[in-house]
Amino acid sequence: MASGVTRTEVATSTEQGDALARALSALAGRKEPITSFVVILAVWQTVSFFVPSYLVPGIPAIVSSFWEVVSTPKYMQDIAITVSRIFSGLFAAFIAGVMLGVAMGFTRAVEKYVLPVLHFIMGVPALSWVIFAIIWFKHVEMRITFILLAGCLPNYALIIHDGIKSISKEYFDMLRAMRPSRGQLFTKLILPGMLPAVLTSWKVNLGLAARVVIVAELVGASKGIGNKLLLAQELFDMPQAIAWTLVLVVFLLLTQFILLLIEGRLLRWRPAKEGGTL
Amino acid sequence: MRDGYPVVQMGHVRQVYTSVDGGSFVAIDDLSLDVGTGEIVAIVGKTGCGKSTTFNLLLGLEAPTSGSITVLGRDPFKDFNHFRSKFGVIFQSDRLLPWRTALENARVGLEILGYAKQEQTELATQWLHKLELDGFTNAYPHELSGGMRQRVGIARAFCMNPEIFFADEAFGHLDQSTAKRLREVFLNLIGETKKTCLLITHNIHEALEIGSRLIVLGKPSRVLYDVKTPSKTSRVELAEFEDQILDIIEKNEAVRD
Repeated sequence: MASGVTRTEVATSTEQGDALARALSALAGRKEPITSFVVILAVWQTVSFFVPSYLVPGIPAIVSSFWEVVSTPKYMQDIAITVSRIFSGLFAAFIAGVMLGVAMGFTRAVEKYVLPVLHFIMGVPALSWVIFAIIWFKHVEMRITFILLAGCLPNYALIIHDGIKSISKEYFDMLRAMRPSRGQLFTKLILPGMLPAVLTSWKVNLGLAARVVIVAELVGASKGIGNKLLLAQELFDMPQAIAWTLVLVVFLLLTQFILLLIEGRLLRWRPAKEGGTL
Repeated sequence: MRDGYPVVQMGHVRQVYTSVDGGSFVAIDDLSLDVGTGEIVAIVGKTGCGKSTTFNLLLGLEAPTSGSITVLGRDPFKDFNHFRSKFGVIFQSDRLLPWRTALENARVGLEILGYAKQEQTELATQWLHKLELDGFTNAYPHELSGGMRQRVGIARAFCMNPEIFFADEAFGHLDQSTAKRLREVFLNLIGETKKTCLLITHNIHEALEIGSRLIVLGKPSRVLYDVKTPSKTSRVELAEFEDQILDIIEKNEAVRD
């Protein structure tokens, strides 16, 4: 097994290196995306010369605000609060979603009762949940947790349910012929079989959760990125509004990148063309 | 009753599937057969004659609608857990778990049986070596050819040192030369272990090459012909025998039509 371990270790570091290299080459090696951003920035800066700065601030003012946001401790605290709200809500929704997805995947009765309800809930706009939360809950954290659960739990449950359903019956029969215990069937087949779906569910929900939390913070929170965006709006401080938005975009890109690294590590068994690409 | 103690017995087995719209389909009508200890029996029949259903019933993955099935003296469906480590199964498609390497796939049965990790690795490595896969133990299934993947599937079955082997169209999806080589390998390994083997195939030539006894199934599954295969020394004799089996199957089809 020694050779296997060595191979795995080498593969891990190589894959992480590869993923980083691919990400960098995606930015540095391609002229097109860089050109697009340069053009957008140039147009923005040009417009800023002709329009009042409280509507379209210049690039230097935005950069200055962004730097202020990411380097000031009290602002960093706001970022940390929003990030912790996103992740705590996502973890709660994930745990409940996994339990529901697994229950639906293996119990036909649960599937029959719950699946239509989840599809119905998926049709409810995120903003409606915000309004319901304001009416139902007084405490801000409760509101945010509720909105995240309502918005993300169905997503997790449906994607994981699909992931379990997509595991071939042939694999079940192959293992069942060996008479595994339920636990062994779960760890040897179901868990690794639904892993791609779990990672997909996180990728989908991260963006959704970030948007939902910001909206929730806009209506009642005294701290967090959403609250700071609201303050910027009230003060007509466009550079700050853009700076806080950029913080959120950077956070999402960073977490998606980390997820791709995790995916590359955990799903290294997939052929390259099916594997996650940056 | 065949050679030795009957390892497999099917008595008047009937299997009917009911569809959602209330219709029914008879997969197996009235199937009775038995297989003795140490026999290598090939069950041959056309596509749709219930071979795979028979296979699933023998493995205990389904319960028959009526009739009795015993394997090693017990009902494989009712006494499901009694058959831990008893079956070595080789499937039509290799059914290797894509997230496991060849070595990890080969040892999955040993993990289920609770062998110590070192013993799992040693045994699996030995069998992969026997099947000429030394350089590929850490390869994932998608990195292996069809023949190599089926070799891993064979190693996985033999690793567990089961009491009886089942093979369902195990070589049917491989090209002719690969299938021929693997049949030879498989037959040699079965010969070494001296275990009972039940092979299900639509390929008469394959059935004659592997089986020491041949059971021909008609539609829906019932025994049309049950015979010891002739000596494999005469090609002409084998060809004549193959024609004879084909004739039996075709006549059965004609009567049904």
